[in-house]
Amino acid sequence: MDIIFVLLPFALILAGIAAGGYIWAVKRGQFDDLDTPPLRMLADEEDSKS
Amino acid sequence: MTAQDNTETVKYDDDIVRKFVLATVLWGFVGMLVGVIIALQLAHWPLNLGISWLTFGRLRPLHTNAVIFAFAGNTIFAGIYYSHQRLMKARMFSDLLSKIHFWGWQLIIVSAAITLPLGITVSKEYAELEWPIDIAITLIWVVFAINFFGTLIKRRERHIYVAVWFYIATIITIAMLHIVNSLALPVSPFKSYSVFAGVQDALVQWWYGHNAVAFFLTTPFLGLMYYFMPKAAERPVYSYRLSIIHFWSLIFVYIWAGPHHLLYTSLPEWAQTIGVVFSVALIAPSWGGMINGLLTLRGAWDKLRTDPVLKFFVVGVTFYGMSTFEGPMMSVKAINGLTHYTDYVIGHVHGGALGWNGFLAFGMIYYLLPKLWGVPVYSAKLMMTHFWTATIGIVLYITSMWTAGITQGLMWRAFTSEGLLKYPEFIETVVRLIPFYWVRVCGGVLYLIGMLLMVYNVWQTIKASKAQHADLSDPSFQVRPLSADPEDHASNPNPWHRKLEGRPVSFALLTLLAVIIGGPATYIPLVAIRSNVPTIASVKPYQPLELEGRDIYVREGCYTCHSQMVRPFRDEVVRYGEYSKPGEFVYDRPFQFGSKRTGPDLHRVGGKYNHFWHYRHMLDPRSTTPGSIMPSYAWLYDNDLDTSLTKKKLKAFKTMGAPYSDEEVAQAEQLLKEQAQKITAELTEQGVEAPEGLENKEIIALIAYLQRLGTDIKVANN
Repeated sequence: MDIIFVLLPFALILAGIAAGGYIWAVKRGQFDDLDTPPLRMLADEEDSKS
Repeated sequence: MTAQDNTETVKYDDDIVRKFVLATVLWGFVGMLVGVIIALQLAHWPLNLGISWLTFGRLRPLHTNAVIFAFAGNTIFAGIYYSHQRLMKARMFSDLLSKIHFWGWQLIIVSAAITLPLGITVSKEYAELEWPIDIAITLIWVVFAINFFGTLIKRRERHIYVAVWFYIATIITIAMLHIVNSLALPVSPFKSYSVFAGVQDALVQWWYGHNAVAFFLTTPFLGLMYYFMPKAAERPVYSYRLSIIHFWSLIFVYIWAGPHHLLYTSLPEWAQTIGVVFSVALIAPSWGGMINGLLTLRGAWDKLRTDPVLKFFVVGVTFYGMSTFEGPMMSVKAINGLTHYTDYVIGHVHGGALGWNGFLAFGMIYYLLPKLWGVPVYSAKLMMTHFWTATIGIVLYITSMWTAGITQGLMWRAFTSEGLLKYPEFIETVVRLIPFYWVRVCGGVLYLIGMLLMVYNVWQTIKASKAQHADLSDPSFQVRPLSADPEDHASNPNPWHRKLEGRPVSFALLTLLAVIIGGPATYIPLVAIRSNVPTIASVKPYQPLELEGRDIYVREGCYTCHSQMVRPFRDEVVRYGEYSKPGEFVYDRPFQFGSKRTGPDLHRVGGKYNHFWHYRHMLDPRSTTPGSIMPSYAWLYDNDLDTSLTKKKLKAFKTMGAPYSDEEVAQAEQLLKEQAQKITAELTEQGVEAPEGLENKEIIALIAYLQRLGTDIKVANN
C-alpha cells in the first residue's frame, strides 16, 4: 500500500488549509456582517415597468 | 432613462426564461412518461413489444438522460437566467448567447432521444451519449459559462448572493467532470472507446456519476432554493453564515464521495474507504442546506397551509434532507453490501429526483408563471391536486422500492441450515418482486398525472395571458452602476469573503482548485501505482468476434440489468463463482460493472452454460428460465454482424495498450469468421437447426462474448 505515502500528505495538507483558513477568517472579521445581503435580495423587485 | 442621478436603466431578458420554463414542462413530461413505460416493462415484460429500440435496455438511458439533462437541466437554466439577472441587477451578457444556449441544449436533447433508442451509447451511466454529442455539450456549456460570467462581470451589485456561488460551482465542476469522463478514442462517428479501462474507468465514471448528482442535481438546485424560497416566503434565508459554511464544505467533500458506488468491487480498498468516509461526512453540509432552507420559513409556517409554491418547496427540501441522510447510510459498507445492486438504490435516487429536484422545479415554475406571463396561475386547486398526487406517488414509489430492495438483498444472501443457498435460482428472487414493481408503476403513474396537471395549468395560464394581452415586455428598472457604489473603493476594510465575492475570476479559480484536488488525488495514484491493478498473465484481450459481441452487449444496454462484478461475499461466490479481481478488467473499455441486478451477475457466466442454452435464452428467455422478465432479442438472429469497423476497433485497442499483434489486427476479419464458424458448428452439434448464414448473425458474436466472460482466470486455475 505505497499509496498511503501519497494520500496521507494530501489529507494533512487539506486539513491544514481548512483549519488555517478558518482561523484566518475569524481574525479578519469574516463573520462580522452577514445580515444585510439576505435582506437586500428580497427587496430588488423591479417595479418601474413603463 | 428617467432623470435620476447616477442611474441606469436595466431590462431583464425574461423571454429566454419563458423558453426554458416551457422546455422544462415539455421534457419533464416526456422523461417521466418514458420512466412509466420502463417501470411497466419490469412489471410486465411483454411490454418490451419485441421492438429493439423500445426495450428496457435502450429506454432506460433515455429516461435517465431525459429527466436529468432535459427536465432538471432546463429547470436549472430557467431558474438561473431568471435569478442571475436580478441578483446581478444586469441583463444577461448576450441575448445571442442565451438563444444559442437554449436551442443548442434542446438540439442535444433531441439527438439523445434519437441515438439512445438506436443503441448508440458508450454505456457510462448518465454519460451515455457518443462523442460528437459530448463535444456539442461541451460547446454549449462553454456558451452558457461565457454568458453567465459575462453577466457577473458587468453586474451592478457588488455583493454576490449565496445562490450565485452555487451556480458558479455548478458551471465549473460540470465542465471538468464532463470532459474528463468523456475522454474517448473514436472509431466512427457513432462509436468510441473510453481511454480508461476496467477499474480505472469505473473510478472515473463514478467520480463523474456521483458528482453529476452533486453538481447537476444538488448545487444548482440549492442555488435555486436560496433564491426562490426566500422570495416565495418573503423571509430572508435563515442563516447566511450557515450558507457560507455549508457551501464550501459541500463542494469540497462531495468530490471525494464517488467510490461509494464501487464498494466491495475490485476497486482498491483504500479508494473505497475514501468514498465511505467522505460520503458519511457529507451528511453535515447537506443537512446544513436543508436546515437553512426549512428554517427560512420561521415565523411564516402558516403560509404553508395556503401557498402551493411553498408546499412544493418545503416537501422538496424535506426530501433533500431524507435522501442526504439515506445516501451516507447506504455508503456504510455493511449496509451497502445489502442494498447495492438492488431496487433500494432505485428508491433512493427517486426520493432525490422526484422529491427534491421535481418538487423544487414544480414550486419554481408555479412561482414564475404569474411573473413571466403577467396573469395569476390558472387554477390554484389544480396546483394543490398536483402537489398531493405527486406526494402520494413518491411515497408509493420509494416504499415499494425500499421493500423490494431489502427483500431481494436478503434473499440473495439467505442460506439454509445445511449451508446451501436458500434461493439458488436467481429467478426466485425476481418473481418475488413483481408485486412491488406494480406498486412502483402506480406511484409513477400518479406522479405523471401530477405532471400532466401542471402541463394543463401552464397551458391555460398562457392562454389567459394571451387573452388578456398581458404585458410581456422586458421588465425594466433604475439601478445605480457599480462605479457609483461607495463600497467600491479599495480602502474599504471588507471581510475576506466579501472581497472574494467581488472577484468572480479568482472565486471561480478557487472553486476549480477545490474540486480539482479531489478528483486527481484519488485518480492519479491509481494510474501511477501499478500495484493497484495486479496484471494477471492469463488475462488476454478479446478476440475480434468477442469484441464485436461486447459492443452488442453495450448497444442493447445489458448493463442496465446485469452486473459483471462478483463481490467477495460467501453467497456470491457460491452463486456465481470466484470473486472478481481488478486484473481481469484491464481490457474492458468501457467497464461493464453495472449498478443494478435485475438479472443475475454475468462475470462468471462464461462456460456456465453451453452455446445452445444462450441461443435459446436470447430468443426466448422463458424457455430456459421460466418466469424470466427479460425481453426477447429476436433481432440478433436476423441482423448480420457489421464487421466493417472490426479492424479499426482492434487498432484502437492496440493504440491504448492491448497486446494485439500486427498480424491479428491485419487478419481481424478472418479471425472473426473462424471463431464464428466454430461456434456455429458447435451449436449445430448441440442440436440447433442452424438457419442459412447463422455464422454471420449478431447472436453468434454475443454468445462468443458471453462464453469468454470471466474465463481467463479459470485457465490460470487449471
